[in-house]
Amino acid sequence: MSHSPPSPSPHPESVSHHLAQINVGLLKAPLDEPSMAAFVELLDPINALADRSPGFVWRLTEEGEPDATRLRPFGDDLLVNFSVWESVGALWDFTYRTEHLELLRRRRTWFDRFSGAHLVLWWIPAGTVPTLEEGRQRLDTLHTKGPTAEAFTLRDSFDPPATPQFPHS
Amino acid sequence: MDDSSIDAARALGDPLRRRLYEHVADSGGEVGRAEAAEALGIQRTLAAHHLDRLVEAGLLDVVRRKVSGREGPGSGRPAKLYRRSEREVSIQLPPRDYELAARVLAEAVERHGAEEALHAAAREEGRRIGAGTDAESVLELLRARGYEPEDGPRDERGDGSGGEAEVSLRNCPFHRLARDFPPLACGLNLELVRGMLAAHAERRGGAAPETRLAPGSGRCCVLISKNNID
Repeated sequence: MSHSPPSPSPHPESVSHHLAQINVGLLKAPLDEPSMAAFVELLDPINALADRSPGFVWRLTEEGEPDATRLRPFGDDLLVNFSVWESVGALWDFTYRTEHLELLRRRRTWFDRFSGAHLVLWWIPAGTVPTLEEGRQRLDTLHTKGPTAEAFTLRDSFDPPATPQFPHS
Repeated sequence: MDDSSIDAARALGDPLRRRLYEHVADSGGEVGRAEAAEALGIQRTLAAHHLDRLVEAGLLDVVRRKVSGREGPGSGRPAKLYRRSEREVSIQLPPRDYELAARVLAEAVERHGAEEALHAAAREEGRRIGAGTDAESVLELLRARGYEPEDGPRDERGDGSGGEAEVSLRNCPFHRLARDFPPLACGLNLELVRGMLAAHAERRGGAAPETRLAPGSGRCCVLISKNNID
């Protein structure tokens, strides 16, 4: 476990593994309410910023839609944000070193405190796409066990699993 | 107690060395021996001696770089340049650990979702600082609070205005907390600065400059509009 920030990254870039992240937000009001308008306006520019950020791999979107805000797999008032990155450092830089930070600063304007873990990270084999069910389980794991190599956070992050060694011939 | 911090502090006990350290820190970048000697009006060998003592104490880092314009064979060795080290030196006697307390409080604010109360408290604290300061100008106030203001990047938010001049802050007084709790520490700091500037402007009967969060590496996340900065 590391308390030092991943910028510059203390974690080696992994070719064999990518970082999955899922976070949920408990909406204070439906997205078409005027009180949510400022958040809705930020969605497209911030998503576009993520898509062109170094180390971005994938994010969940609804088919035919620019984002996943209408998918509510965990409940009607829970927004889900689900993405994959090349490294902890790449996700850290996007999360905290771009205009995204302003959105985080104002999150209590639009989101209520969530009783469980609201964000979790875990390593996946590169080239695979994680499932929402897996994301839900990782959130539960983090909530019950705290940060571990299976389910962790940006503040308490873990290295990717070691690349398998070639067996001796 | 941390012996290396005491050695670092002792290195600054020499007034000339302290001026050299401040000169390099204020430059915001890398400074050569000749430049530092000239700035302080001392011999180059004397400047070199003291700069190297500051390196030994861990307060400055050495960068070796070829100075532009001197390329190719015969351009000589790379110049020895000095810049402020990333290392933090802190001596508190009797032992104190306010940073640990800050981390625990930050965690509690996050868990409770109490960001709005944090912002309000920070704004009020900022107003107290701004109302009580002797600083004449905004820049003087920021300097007195350790922010190290300097000309920042132009505002490139694409509103067609061609970019408004802004002041950036080279030093983040909450650096380590801001790395562990970025939205909390940067949100606290933004409101603190806003409160300071608002109360300072009111006392002088003017309008406060606008502020915004614009995170970048190697500086504080807050940028300040140059409008209303005297």
